[in-house]
Amino acid sequence: MKDIADLLRHHPFAEGLDEDTLSLIAGCARNVVLQPGDYLFREGGAADSFYLLRHGAVALETFVPARGPFTFLTVKTGEIVGADWLIPPYRSSFDARAVELTRAIAFDGKCLRGKCEADPRVGYEMMKRFIPPLVKRLQSARMQALGMYDAANA
Amino acid sequence: MPQTLEARAPQLAPMVPRMTPVTRFIRESDDVFTFDLAPERAMPFAPGQFNMLYAFGVGEIPISISGDAKTPERLTHTIRAVGPVSAALGKLQTGDRVGLRGPFGVGWPIDAYRGFDVLLIAGGIGLAPLRPVIYWLLRHRAAYGRVGVLYGARAPDDLIFHGELDEWRRTPDFQLRVAVERAGPEWTGDVGYVTPLLSKLRFDPADTVAMICGPEVMIRATALALEDAGVADSRIFVSMERNMKCAIGHCGHCQFGPLFICKDGPVHSYDRLRNLLACREL
Repeated sequence: MKDIADLLRHHPFAEGLDEDTLSLIAGCARNVVLQPGDYLFREGGAADSFYLLRHGAVALETFVPARGPFTFLTVKTGEIVGADWLIPPYRSSFDARAVELTRAIAFDGKCLRGKCEADPRVGYEMMKRFIPPLVKRLQSARMQALGMYDAANA
Repeated sequence: MPQTLEARAPQLAPMVPRMTPVTRFIRESDDVFTFDLAPERAMPFAPGQFNMLYAFGVGEIPISISGDAKTPERLTHTIRAVGPVSAALGKLQTGDRVGLRGPFGVGWPIDAYRGFDVLLIAGGIGLAPLRPVIYWLLRHRAAYGRVGVLYGARAPDDLIFHGELDEWRRTPDFQLRVAVERAGPEWTGDVGYVTPLLSKLRFDPADTVAMICGPEVMIRATALALEDAGVADSRIFVSMERNMKCAIGHCGHCQFGPLFICKDGPVHSYDRLRNLLACREL
């Protein structure tokens, strides 16, 4: 049976990470399995975790009164779910719901923040892995916000 | 007789609309519809070419042909109602007539890239001008490498060609990814901007030809993403839209720098367009 470090080693997030750092951060991680419909976290709740998807798909949603939940992004195998654990007040700003059987590595955000504070080199490695997907999502969100497919832009 | 894909010149008197009946009308979504026209004589066309459609008493607009080039006796057009002419066309019924001129312009160079991997990236109504390419690829599947289609739309209700999307999704060796910008919980597909899905398709950038049709902002972003992935700009083709009036390069309404979109396009290679697309005054 693979331990958590082995699972982490095979995720794109850990690509290029040295063994010492990998072992160190693995101490903050656990393996989770989510059934379709399970929530990873809910809007307004404590943002104490983030997830590396090993397999599956997660919908990021927000609830619109009188209309229901709206998905604004789906995140799939190999990607990261959750960034609110990085900044105070560590509160989730949206819902994250598994849309199919999903296997993931869940990280304790507080634990990892502590290790990053204690060793800035680890913190820098984590930053290098978090910033690219966050910037790409920001770019995509900007394109979505333009309403490209609306009539005025058709 | 083997089918060729050379751009076809319009029949005689290219400025004279021919009265042509609507033979089938399909509502694709709230604001998008498809109709077939039956010209008096077959009008061979190449995928990516367009016709000028005249709604009597309202006006004339350029519309890409969205049907199969194998059936030139039936001309299919898919239109989004965004202005007075397209709205008037949307009120037509089977048996009504429109003025038809065409086919015009330069289409997709799909025939010239046999043996290559093919990526088609469509945004919104941009799937319509690419559908003839999909028909061509399905008919000549063995002549090409990997085939991938990315299609982005506002929401699930805005997707067009529903039945065919399902069919293409089930087709072996045919990668289709559909992304909508927002969706309810019943949608289990991708949600988000369409271009990042390029990373989910399998293709060899050194032997790939890409064709993009959609809003210009999307065209720019997608062309750059393809270049970042290693696809040469001379093998990225985009379909441009401008204010086409005469459709034969005489009036100048669609001039885009040194190009007339109606005559030199609407399909252009990105290496010709790159600097023009960056010029905000155009």
